[in-house]
Amino acid sequence: MEPLIHLQGIRKSYSLGGAPLEVLRGIDLQVQRGEFIAVMGPSGSGKSTLLNIIGCLDRPTEGLYLLEGMDVGSRTDEELAEIRNRKMGFVFQSFNLLPRMSALKNVELPLLYSGVSAGERKERAYAMLERVGLAHRAGHNPSELSGGEQQRVAIARALINRPVIILADEPTGNLDSRSGIDIMETFKALHREGTTIVLVTHERVVADYAERMITLKDGVCTDGCY
Amino acid sequence: MDVIEVAAVSWDSLRCNKLRSFLTMLGVIIGVAAVILLVSIGEGARRYIRKELGGLGTNILIVVPGKTAKEGGMHMGASSVRKLVYDDAVLIKRRSIHVQYAVPVIVGTSRVKQAGNVRDTYIVGVTEEYFPARNLSIELGRAINSNDVEARRRVCVLGRTVKRDLFGDANPLGAPVKLGDARYRVVGVMQRKGVTLGYDLDDVVFIPTTSARELFDTDALLNITVKARSEQVLEAAKRDIRRILMRRHAGREDFTIMSQDEMLDVMGKVLNIMTAVLAGIASISLVVGGIGIMNIMLVSVRERTREIGIRKAVGAKNRDILLQFLAESTVLSITGGLGGIVLGGVTAMLIPLFVDFLPTEIAWWSVLLAFLFSAMVGVFFGVYPARKAALYDPIVALRYE
Repeated sequence: MEPLIHLQGIRKSYSLGGAPLEVLRGIDLQVQRGEFIAVMGPSGSGKSTLLNIIGCLDRPTEGLYLLEGMDVGSRTDEELAEIRNRKMGFVFQSFNLLPRMSALKNVELPLLYSGVSAGERKERAYAMLERVGLAHRAGHNPSELSGGEQQRVAIARALINRPVIILADEPTGNLDSRSGIDIMETFKALHREGTTIVLVTHERVVADYAERMITLKDGVCTDGCY
Repeated sequence: MDVIEVAAVSWDSLRCNKLRSFLTMLGVIIGVAAVILLVSIGEGARRYIRKELGGLGTNILIVVPGKTAKEGGMHMGASSVRKLVYDDAVLIKRRSIHVQYAVPVIVGTSRVKQAGNVRDTYIVGVTEEYFPARNLSIELGRAINSNDVEARRRVCVLGRTVKRDLFGDANPLGAPVKLGDARYRVVGVMQRKGVTLGYDLDDVVFIPTTSARELFDTDALLNITVKARSEQVLEAAKRDIRRILMRRHAGREDFTIMSQDEMLDVMGKVLNIMTAVLAGIASISLVVGGIGIMNIMLVSVRERTREIGIRKAVGAKNRDILLQFLAESTVLSITGGLGGIVLGGVTAMLIPLFVDFLPTEIAWWSVLLAFLFSAMVGVFFGVYPARKAALYDPIVALRYE
């Protein structure tokens, strides 16, 4: 079966003041539908860069990226924005909610950019908040929510447009251990329902929730890639 | 995203920064209000002058010495200019069938004395024809008549203000007054007329033009005031006057004939320039307001770098971000423009109530112009910040602290 994501020889380098810095040095990776993968590695190993490339926020300097068999490398910025909108769901360490908008509005945001009508947006966002157990907090701004609640709003936002994959970058990094466990249980539940998840972490406990683990070191995959 | 969504999003974010949005708008509000207000003052002046010139009387031609360029018409005192004299007026009347009246006018200033009361005022030397030509009426006694002019009688007709100052409520008819050192006798008092073309017809003393010639020891006329028989022959009368005077002046056209329309034209041109200058100055404040918008939008874009990153991460295209910020600056300037219209309009209407020498008239073109200009300013000064926002790299924007 065709993999959801097929990475082959992915390289990424930044030129910081002349000397190019190679962050990724040839990554080969396949992600199947329904997989729950944890990406581990020390800081600076290129985990987040890899996640950004998978999420089409960033482009590889070199290499082949097929998403559902489609070559992503040849797409324009506008097309990448559309891919992010329809196929990707991001969950960040620092939640990245818009501070002056209610939880509901935040969850609606991706739908705003896919041309869904205001009424339907509200309905679907509300349903999604219900699913993460925050319907009663829909009218609150992020500053009025706890860290765990904010991250669940972010997960609701990531799920709202029925993405093919959830990309989470240290989703428990800013949370106390209790909320962290909550969030990971949420991911686990999503995985059971068939959602594909790629999660970056440097915590073993978090990675243990995943069914497959890959390890990066100095921009190469040392374990778990195939 | 459609237009309504974009506008709603930008309206939301402007509401979150009420004070800042208001202060930014204030620049545009003041600019638009200034354009509307200053143009309304210019238009008010135009209406005022039109009314004033209308008081001149119909079918009037004013002949003044000196040939200026087509515009203007003031005698600059060039030595080669021959002055206009009494006989010029007499000939114009005699030789042109289109001319009803031709009045040689001499104007000077003098001290007027009557039993200890003194007033310095204009002395206007005229003939009997001046009063019907200018539609002036007598309230008391009689006007200057042809006998007065022919016999160079020392009689005078007082304007209302002069009469009040010299005689109070007393009857001045027959009373002696001194104009300079000469003794004159009051034969009449004018009816109230008011200010025409900057000089107050109530604050003058009329005497026969022939007497004025002696009083001021000059035969140079200020002008010859001509009234044509009808509007249809106004141009014909003008041609006649030119022909008659050129023959007398050795073929040189060293005089200028102005009709009321031409004076209106000249005044209109001056006022156009004035209005344009005022509008121009006001527009500068609009541009400054626009720069204020650009400044605040740049700050706003910088502050919301992370927001831009988040929006891009969930699928906003460059175009969506561009439109969002462009809409914000446009909403700012359009709201400011509407506020400015209200402020400028109300001020323009209130000014004449408090400052009675400053008539205003709101020009609808200036309202439209100021509004469109403010909207354009919003778009123009919004493009740069909005482009900057749209072109942010999502990764960099998301990491921005």
